[in-house]
Amino acid sequence: MPTINEQLTEEIRVQARKLLADKTVAAVIGYTAGSLPMTVKPAVIRAADDCGRLVWNSFCVLNLANYLPEVLKSVEPPRGPRDPKPTGPLPKVAVMATGCWSRNIVVQIQEHQVERERVVVMAIGSRGMVSRRKVEAHFSGREILAVTELDHELVVKGADFTETVNRWSMVRDNCQTCTHPDPVLVDVRIGAPAADRKNPNPFKQVEMIEARSTDERWAWFSAEFSSCIRCYACRNACPLCYCPTCFVDDARPQWVGKSLDATDTGLFHVLRAYHCAGRCTDCGACESVCPMGINMRMLTKKLNKDVLNLYGIEAGMQPDTPLPLTTYKPDDPQQFIVNEPGSAKEGA
Amino acid sequence: MQVFKLSQAELDSMIRHFGSLGMVYTPAAGKQPSARTDCAPGWQPADGAPLALATGPSATSVKTFFFPQPETMQTFSVKNNYPDRGLLREPETLTEKQIVVGLRPCDARSVLLNNLPYREDPYYQANMARTVLVGFTCDAMCSTCFCDRMGGSPMATEGLDIAVSRLDHGFAAEILTARGEELLAGLKLTPAGISELDELAGRRQAAPQADAAGLDALKERDLNRLYEAPLWQQLGESCINCGACTFVCPTCYCFDVQDEVVRGTGRRIRYWDSCMFPLYSLHTSGHNPRGQKMQRTRNRFMHKLKYFPDRFGPFSCVGCGRCVKDCPVNIDIREVMGDLLTVE
Amino acid sequence: MISYLPYPVRIDDIVVETEDGNLKTFKLVFEDEAQKLAWRHVPGQFAMLSVAGQGEIPIGIASSPTEPDHLLFTVSRAGKVTTALHQMHAGERMGVRGPLGNGFPITTDMKGKNIVIIAGGFAVTTLRATLIYLLAHRQDYGTITFIYGARTPGMLLYREELKQWAERSDVDLHVTIDREAPGWDGLVGFVPTIAGQVAPSPDNSVALICGPPIMIKFTMPPLEKIGWTNDQVYLSLENRMKCGQGVCCHCNVGPKLVCKDGPVFTRTQVNKLPVEY
Repeated sequence: MPTINEQLTEEIRVQARKLLADKTVAAVIGYTAGSLPMTVKPAVIRAADDCGRLVWNSFCVLNLANYLPEVLKSVEPPRGPRDPKPTGPLPKVAVMATGCWSRNIVVQIQEHQVERERVVVMAIGSRGMVSRRKVEAHFSGREILAVTELDHELVVKGADFTETVNRWSMVRDNCQTCTHPDPVLVDVRIGAPAADRKNPNPFKQVEMIEARSTDERWAWFSAEFSSCIRCYACRNACPLCYCPTCFVDDARPQWVGKSLDATDTGLFHVLRAYHCAGRCTDCGACESVCPMGINMRMLTKKLNKDVLNLYGIEAGMQPDTPLPLTTYKPDDPQQFIVNEPGSAKEGA
Repeated sequence: MQVFKLSQAELDSMIRHFGSLGMVYTPAAGKQPSARTDCAPGWQPADGAPLALATGPSATSVKTFFFPQPETMQTFSVKNNYPDRGLLREPETLTEKQIVVGLRPCDARSVLLNNLPYREDPYYQANMARTVLVGFTCDAMCSTCFCDRMGGSPMATEGLDIAVSRLDHGFAAEILTARGEELLAGLKLTPAGISELDELAGRRQAAPQADAAGLDALKERDLNRLYEAPLWQQLGESCINCGACTFVCPTCYCFDVQDEVVRGTGRRIRYWDSCMFPLYSLHTSGHNPRGQKMQRTRNRFMHKLKYFPDRFGPFSCVGCGRCVKDCPVNIDIREVMGDLLTVE
Repeated sequence: MISYLPYPVRIDDIVVETEDGNLKTFKLVFEDEAQKLAWRHVPGQFAMLSVAGQGEIPIGIASSPTEPDHLLFTVSRAGKVTTALHQMHAGERMGVRGPLGNGFPITTDMKGKNIVIIAGGFAVTTLRATLIYLLAHRQDYGTITFIYGARTPGMLLYREELKQWAERSDVDLHVTIDREAPGWDGLVGFVPTIAGQVAPSPDNSVALICGPPIMIKFTMPPLEKIGWTNDQVYLSLENRMKCGQGVCCHCNVGPKLVCKDGPVFTRTQVNKLPVEY
């Protein structure tokens, strides 16, 4: 009996092959097998014969929407910088998408980075992706040489041990608190839809930090970000970060210092988070790719909470509603300017 | 060369003793924040607790002690009416001894490799002069380790001042340099007996041996053929062009230079840069010689595996495997090397 | 040991070179007499110009070693440091670090040869240094042909000197502008066209060509047609630089570092390199 992921993998291969063979799309963005346990390699597949390389499992932690604008550009007929955009339909690109990734595609469409009609969403209900760090921490220091994934367990092998752990216990925090695991855009359905999850308190971790005193919160922030090496993996893994020149790279004016000064590092993370406010789907890619294991997702999660409380919006869930922070309305909440005591939304 | 035998307690007290001679750093265990957050993420001042090293290299490399992030190159003032306004001065040369304990042979070798381009660099040399390396050889390799393939070995001592190796009972400490000897001056240590020396030699012999011959063919390969290899397109497409690989890499040594001014007082600093970033090669005119992701991914591997060896001899890689482990998209340099050897 | 510390210099004079005001020549004098005496450069080398608080930029040295009292740099206003430089005044302090790079082969390949210099736009700076040097050592070289083009008469650099060189019988000077302009009675046409018309003989000759890539590309065919080979042609490359001394890696063109192995390369050498410049 094949596992759920084996079935999904097979379905992905069949559908991708079909899309490429009948020329519906020029490329498919998916995952191929990785060289280490618990890793996969994102890849752009352009030939039907290549689709056998595609895989699906619980280690697909990078958000594939990140690749979408660039791959869309790469399949357009080549043209000079001053040539007009060709008339007529441009080639399409298929992309695997779980709930959060599909919501990022919605945001990309809202922000005119991606045209809906050029994207074929291969929708997969997410069962939650596993955190490599959690598994490694569980086996504290013992090297993991192979991990076999069953439907509800991970069989972890080392040089001198084999141990089975519960899969859900190793799932990333963002996936465990996710309420919309099923894609909001569906062009080709892969596997069965995932039902929305009832989560009594998706912001529990944020609230634990909010409950602390200012000094305690500052201590948490300073410690958490002190190990940042400024490699910008979090930024580059994020589908929201597509500015041609990032504010940290700007020289005129130079907004942020470039070395490991704690103020500069802190500023980078705070501004990065704020740039994601109202747009972040808590896909967890930033946190998953950080080589230093920094939980920078706590910042964006806090802002997700604020945006939900202030505007009633979750990024990517309302394709026809303008983005909350790029739209002005006279009745916009403004506690961030004047914190009115006793206001219903105080503390946001 | 002297070799001493140490119990765990003696080893720990030896490290505590180093504290009286200079700043002592050890790999940070877990996510403990570093006290020296300005320049050494992944390392912490030794706190006297028994040293327990995980298998394989530390999370971040030892390059931070030789090539700190940032390094002050000059200081200056831009205050109005100040007579020395705009005059750049060398900062005081740092002489405070720093003793790094717990690095692995791969990192020790990286210090020597980086010393090839930095042989004439005053700041790197000043840090070389003040840093003592007390390394721990590896009695096991991780699955991501490949030091032997790059010309190193898990039991190698090259680049270290003191090499500590695990024995069946306790440890052997090999004193390799005069600086290593200085650290132990005044300590009562037991010289290793014949059985310990035999055991050490046996372990060294049994360990994977340095062998870069399998890769030397790469150095002979025609530049153009490697440059035009089709694999770059695929790698470039997966790569997200972050700097994780370059920043965790012990042998990536590029830097950028920037002036920082706070209330009229300034310093010119250098800090880690990455050829993965578009800004790295961008001209002021807007022209970018490596404007595409693929070109930048290619440049990093070509530098390590072709340009650097063509200029200096060895590959600019010690096989620590950090980039393999930390790459967000699983670009594996071992696969790249394999592909480059066979590409036609 | 290499040094990253710039020498302190004073701006002695600033000349606005072009009608658009975007090119200025800075005449710099050393604050320290010993440093001035120790400075040695060859034409074609560059230096890092430094403005404290702004940064450093690599700029070709426009003065010749035969003008030992000062250094000249012609700087186009483009980025952060050059903009700051353009706002500075005579008397102010800045820094110079160098000389850096290899320079033109004035004492080797060029010696005893006929020299053909072809320049487009403000890439003429290090070629000015070269010409001044050649004229000061006139007996060491054969004929000297100098072809220089700019967009308009007002975009020509070193206009006073151009007049002087035009009057000399030992320099074959051809100054051209892209299109007809009022008051201009000199040559009109792009540099490649003029180079084709001048048709300098390749016999016992060396050519130095500096200009925009497109100009270099179109200048080669007319030269090749009359027998020039790539070994005889020297080009100067530019890339983003930081250290200028072969350490920081920024300026690499494939295996070569422009700051240390260059900036001057023969065309044969350049053709072997990947196009990363």
